[in-house]
Amino acid sequence: MDVLPHRLIGWVQSGRIDKALRADAIWQCVSCMTCTTRCPKSVDCAGVIDALRQLAIQRDAASPQQHRTILFQRAFLENIRRNGRVRELELIGAFKTRAFFGDLNIPLLLKDALLAPQLMRRGRFHWFSARVKDRGVVRRIFQRCGVSAGAGNGRPVPPADN
Amino acid sequence: MEFAYYPGCALHGSSGDYEMSVRACLAALGVALRELDDWICCGATAAHCLNQKLAVALPARNLALAQRDGLDEMLAPCPMCSMELLKAGALLAGDAALRDEISQIVELPVSGGTQILNLIQVFQRIGTPRIKQAATRSLDAFQPACYYGCLLTRPPETVRFDDCEHPSSMETLLRELGARPVAWNYQTECCGAGMTIAHEATVLELSHKILSNAQSHGANCVVVACPMCQVNLDLKQAAINARYGADHALPVYYLSDLVGKALGLDERALGVDRHFVVKH
Repeated sequence: MDVLPHRLIGWVQSGRIDKALRADAIWQCVSCMTCTTRCPKSVDCAGVIDALRQLAIQRDAASPQQHRTILFQRAFLENIRRNGRVRELELIGAFKTRAFFGDLNIPLLLKDALLAPQLMRRGRFHWFSARVKDRGVVRRIFQRCGVSAGAGNGRPVPPADN
Repeated sequence: MEFAYYPGCALHGSSGDYEMSVRACLAALGVALRELDDWICCGATAAHCLNQKLAVALPARNLALAQRDGLDEMLAPCPMCSMELLKAGALLAGDAALRDEISQIVELPVSGGTQILNLIQVFQRIGTPRIKQAATRSLDAFQPACYYGCLLTRPPETVRFDDCEHPSSMETLLRELGARPVAWNYQTECCGAGMTIAHEATVLELSHKILSNAQSHGANCVVVACPMCQVNLDLKQAAINARYGADHALPVYYLSDLVGKALGLDERALGVDRHFVVKH
């Protein structure tokens, strides 16, 4: 991480939000909850990082180095919106394609392709996994939370203040 | 004994081996699982990174389904799912206005009262005496490094399970079944979790440290209760070896794999033959 959690919290406390929003750290964070658990002042640091990520997206302020990670999170959410559950093949396909058009990095495009036959051999590869029956309710939940179709396509997710 | 069951996307996807293991092991112990009807994804990391309301509403829809069907205790074997369900449940239980709002959003009344259990807690409910009684084989050949990762014990106020810095519930159970768990340092360090696809380098670095520490403390396998931990330590082990010039060769079992082995189940029934690193 370029900036450690206690420093991020310090920036937020002293009003330097813009600096925090641009930090790579907020996207490098793996949400392991160690900082929240160990903070001697009981600050929910991981919760603050979540809030910073949401703000960074709304204000389009995220560090360009982190676009792949953001693309992945968006593709993940769009996948749930469409299917109610994650369909791994569709998710990886959508993420890889969008990421490739972002940076034209061919090794990254192909990296996990070699894994497919290995998963197939182990009965762990699914061309089509089950979707939920009531997908209408899933879409309505997304809509009511302010996330509309295509939020996974690289456009900012609208603020959820309805 | 019966529990409601929330498999989550991973167990119905490439971590189907975990579902096989959990189902086979619990069936052998006479425990029935009732899968939550038409469950939806908990939202995982993506929802809480991108939209706070969605991060509550997605797990809340599942809590609402459980409530509608009169299910009080629900097993969520994936700690990411169980944490999202627990977080949403606690927020809802403590905030009447939020309950009203989210009930409208998810189209069902939800109070957040459903109790969510991880796999270790289900074994604790069954009770070690009953498991020992059903066991037909000793696990004395196994010297596992019990790996809890992040979300089984953190944050402690949310999950209220074991000790968040020095957990011992897996060791306690496995020791009773004859295994000899090792003392090591990385029980609760993170493996990189959901970064596997978005940023593999993070996962390789963190998982390499975990495997190295397990090996240097005399472990001959790693035991986990999380599909992401299993994938990062097992499926990525070859990539870790390649990147760091290491020679890790540690099988990574689910807790239910080892309990299942003690119950006399074979590796195919438990899905162990679907792992990447197999015992040499």
